[in-house]
Amino acid sequence: MAKVLVVTSGKGGVGKTTSTAAIGAALAKEGKNVVVVDFDVGLRNLDLVMGAERRVVYDLINVVQGDAKLPQALIRDKRVDTLCLLPASQTRDKDALTEEGVSQVMNELREKFDWVICDSPAGIERGATLAMRHADVAIVVTNPEVSSVRDSDRIIGLLDAKTARAEKGERIDKHLLLTRYDPARAERGEMLKTEDVLEILSIPLLGIIPESEEVLKASNLGSPVTISNPLSGPARAYADAAKRLSGETVLLTIPTDRRSLLDRLFMRRAA
Amino acid sequence: MNANVAIQQRKSLRFRGRSFMALVFAPEEPLDEWLAELDEWSAKSPGYFVGRPIILDVSGLPLDKEALAKLIADLGSRNIRIMGVEGTKASFLGLGMPPLVGGGSASAAVNDLPDAPPPPAAKPSAPAANENANPPVMPAAEPAEASRPASLVHDSPVRSGQSVIFPQGDLTILGSVASGSEVVAGGSIHIYGALRGRAIAGSTGDAQARIFCNKLEAELIAIDGLYRTADEMDPQFRSRPVQAWLDGETMAMATLS
Repeated sequence: MAKVLVVTSGKGGVGKTTSTAAIGAALAKEGKNVVVVDFDVGLRNLDLVMGAERRVVYDLINVVQGDAKLPQALIRDKRVDTLCLLPASQTRDKDALTEEGVSQVMNELREKFDWVICDSPAGIERGATLAMRHADVAIVVTNPEVSSVRDSDRIIGLLDAKTARAEKGERIDKHLLLTRYDPARAERGEMLKTEDVLEILSIPLLGIIPESEEVLKASNLGSPVTISNPLSGPARAYADAAKRLSGETVLLTIPTDRRSLLDRLFMRRAA
Repeated sequence: MNANVAIQQRKSLRFRGRSFMALVFAPEEPLDEWLAELDEWSAKSPGYFVGRPIILDVSGLPLDKEALAKLIADLGSRNIRIMGVEGTKASFLGLGMPPLVGGGSASAAVNDLPDAPPPPAAKPSAPAANENANPPVMPAAEPAEASRPASLVHDSPVRSGQSVIFPQGDLTILGSVASGSEVVAGGSIHIYGALRGRAIAGSTGDAQARIFCNKLEAELIAIDGLYRTADEMDPQFRSRPVQAWLDGETMAMATLS
């Protein structure tokens, strides 16, 4: 039974695209058939983060409007062969997405894959509501910072009101993914603590992704962090989150990047 | 201390929302016959419409500006004053004509009107609203059944951007009220969770209304039009279980033990 997962946040720049790529790759490495769909029409990024920007021929809009067939637009990942990308169009805007078209594409994707992961654009407008429309599960990406938390709260409200499931009177599974978390800064009160965010949003926690330079490095390489450096802190956190999504129980820790003792001494002195 | 005194001396302007029951006329074509029928009806109970708030619903009629003005004048000549018009364009209603209204909800109490004229004693409490150039809130309130006081229980958190509005009575929220959301009640508000957004109690003019919450982090609280922002609240109440009520013209707050 295929599951449609939307990665959303309301606020921009919190790590939706990075998380989509990393969790998509982690699920694919477990042997699941995964497609990541870029809904950010007009400001596409997922192709860059996945390192597929040179292979885009057709995109989501072409499929929605019937100019191309779905298999023509899907790009298979070169590193993990159960992972596919359906890119967004950079030249069109979100008005080119129609409700019926999106619904048809989602139904086709449900038949082909185990997981359909939709990377939502920022905001609460048409693009974001269409991305969440057909979701069974939602990941709400939040930074430990007040404006991000408030925007996430708003998105949770929309998930309970505007999705196809909500309109049928069913509930959509919502998970919180806390990204760019720095335990030391949270302890010093420079960031919201995990408990504070959980208390405000009151949805279950899927994982905590530590702030790490590995994430930026991976994006610039065009490779999801779970592929480029699977032993790094964020990659392990994303892999654990993916396992929890598949229903496994994994103890929640905040993995940090492994450093040698010398490194650590040096870092401490520098800080 | 000085700042406090200054706040209390300032006489604040208060706006209140209030619901009135209004009769709605929905004329049918041809208008001459409808008016004749109305004359016949009012001959049986003279003076019934005098001083009553009356809304004219013309949504079923293809009236132009002149025809609408004539209809209102025809009703005026029968001593029927229209306080608002529903179902037309705002541009059709020039100066000296009633304002456009909308958003009313049906009320069972007057549905049986044409057959059995009720006793004239059943007069709405505030016919004075006609004289007001700008009548405030129009929707006819559901008449609260005398036996059961109106209350609403909302059993999920109120998320940012959402509002829960219940002018008919008390409102209970099971969960938190998020920053950027609002809860509005005609009566008291009870929040079993943190209040981080806005709570507006006694919105229809009830000075007895109170606000209760498990944890006060509110952006703003208001009772019967008197409000207080987070900045003006005593810091000792922050993050604590608190109730707020009106003590005359000032808002009082206390922790709940």
